[in-house]
Amino acid sequence: MSSFALALGQLFDGLSLASILLLAALGLSLSFGLMRVINMAHGEFLMAGGFLMYVAHQWVPGAGVALGLPLAFAGSALLGALLERVLIRRLYGRPLDTLLATWGVSLVLQQLARDQFGSTGVEVTAPPWLADSFAIESGPLAGLAFAHVRIFIIGLAGIVLCGMVLLFNRTRAGLYIRAVNQHRGMASALGVDTRRVDLLVFALGSGIAGLAGGALALIAPVTSTVGQSYVVDAFLVVILGGMGTLRGTAIAALLIGVASAVAETFTSISFAKVILLLFVVAFLQFRPRGLVATRSRALEDA
Amino acid sequence: MKRWLVPGLPFVALALAPLYLGSYHLTLAGRFLSLGILAMGIVMVWGQGGVLPLGQGVFFGLGGYALAMHMKLVSLPAGELPDFMQWNGVEALPLWWKPFTSAGLALAAVILVPAVAALVLAWLVFRRRMTSVYIALITQALALAFSTLLISQQGTTGGFNGLTNFDTLFGASLGDDRTRVWLHLATVALAALAYGFARLLGATQAGRLVTAVRDGENRVRFLGYSPAPYKILVFVVAGVFAGLAGALHTLHLGLISPAMVGVVPSIEMVVWVAVGGRASLYGALVGALLVNLAKDSISSAWPDAWLYIMGLVFILVVVATPRGLAGVVETVAARLGRARKPASGAEPVAAEVTSHG
Repeated sequence: MSSFALALGQLFDGLSLASILLLAALGLSLSFGLMRVINMAHGEFLMAGGFLMYVAHQWVPGAGVALGLPLAFAGSALLGALLERVLIRRLYGRPLDTLLATWGVSLVLQQLARDQFGSTGVEVTAPPWLADSFAIESGPLAGLAFAHVRIFIIGLAGIVLCGMVLLFNRTRAGLYIRAVNQHRGMASALGVDTRRVDLLVFALGSGIAGLAGGALALIAPVTSTVGQSYVVDAFLVVILGGMGTLRGTAIAALLIGVASAVAETFTSISFAKVILLLFVVAFLQFRPRGLVATRSRALEDA
Repeated sequence: MKRWLVPGLPFVALALAPLYLGSYHLTLAGRFLSLGILAMGIVMVWGQGGVLPLGQGVFFGLGGYALAMHMKLVSLPAGELPDFMQWNGVEALPLWWKPFTSAGLALAAVILVPAVAALVLAWLVFRRRMTSVYIALITQALALAFSTLLISQQGTTGGFNGLTNFDTLFGASLGDDRTRVWLHLATVALAALAYGFARLLGATQAGRLVTAVRDGENRVRFLGYSPAPYKILVFVVAGVFAGLAGALHTLHLGLISPAMVGVVPSIEMVVWVAVGGRASLYGALVGALLVNLAKDSISSAWPDAWLYIMGLVFILVVVATPRGLAGVVETVAARLGRARKPASGAEPVAAEVTSHG
């Protein structure tokens, strides 16, 4: 295999990692931007999505993905809405406390999953049309293989991102979200039901994390700790991108996904993690608010 | 005088623990008290400084590993390599292990390595006015990177199992009862010193500025102060406390491993402080003791229940009593004081701790 083909393969892997990270980070970024909530239980929505995918496969052996993904989305969104209503609503204005309380939630959810599905995790067999891969056998790129399931995940992330952009820029709900994001008090004074917007955004972000979990289930076994292993990286994406911006989150996910795939070719996975963290910290020296900072004239903001 | 006598008494009682505690509980007390030192560091950064550190496990690990490396080397016959290095085919002692053959250098490293690491990190994050949310998340990522790095470098760090199987410190056997008593006394003394130091620091101008920065960073800035040096100062002190705690804990437990320094243990450290009272040094000590005692008894009886209980306790504490046990005690004391002296004009007002990002 030529080194060019190898690099292309790494780029592809990075892109698929970036897609998962994007799906995992979108909800975090939105809920932080809008509500100043740091949701440590976000990873567990991803986990829930994975387990729901598994459950869907148990119920209807044939109709896995078509049933599993919507179920993963809806289930995680519901869970998110519940969490927002019961707990997070009480903690608005205290971002560090939401971090701590939601971490408690994450512990409980993880243990629930462990009791329900066992500690070794469960596996979902991808349907035949996803199990295959798209291999190049001749020419300069010979030996390169693109797994269908990874292409599927990249496509899924693309669709979700486009959907979010449309939602934000073309619908009334999106208008409300942007309004609350810009100035909560003013939006509220003009009659926007800010509490409902909060609930909507939180549930939406949780649902997207559920999608990420459902998609991940097609690649790797779902365990009770899968959320935890992604959430720290997702947070890195959020702080690199700038909290609460779609564009920043998308660019940061792409950067981190591709950078870690590239770094892993030169060094071990663990060193790649350290290098990535150093890169993010170094970057924040130049732009302490991330790639795309929400502009504000307020002196004090979180 | 009274101000120091009352908080000093529990330390005296703890110092006398070898007289009334069995050896199992004595070890537990020593371990948890060392963790209390770390917890007091978190109070300085979080409760008093308003910055939530989610990576204290890193400094704990640096201190713990520094001492464990020394003890590991001392326990070996001359010229031999530690067991895990032999298993992993490491042929010569790595360069960065060499200084730890000397007891003095190892002891210095227990303090200096965490201090320097905390200084560099603090300088990087506080210099550019990063928000406390960013700092919390960055320190958390650091804890993740540190533990993954330790696990992956099996040949030189002992990997997932960490460092264990050492039994002598400065020629004294760790299993010996006399050594255990001395170790306990040293832990109590260091905890008392750390408490005194933290209290004195909190009363200095620097300590007051840190609290002022928590309550209104921009106001402090408008008054002409640069907040960064003060924040860096408390962060470094907390790092040293954590390193010291790591070294002591390693001595009491006879083991240090990546499982004690990663993301989850680092958040657990914050839990102790949240339960005890984020703004109270004493609360943190009590929180560390109580939570760990509960963990020890519950997780051995019902291993599965522990995570549920800790998760729920945590949610409840954050939602219902953000100031933790110390807050509850203060409120009750204030009520009692009022009931006793209804005629008194000056009502005791519990220090109001506002929690915010």
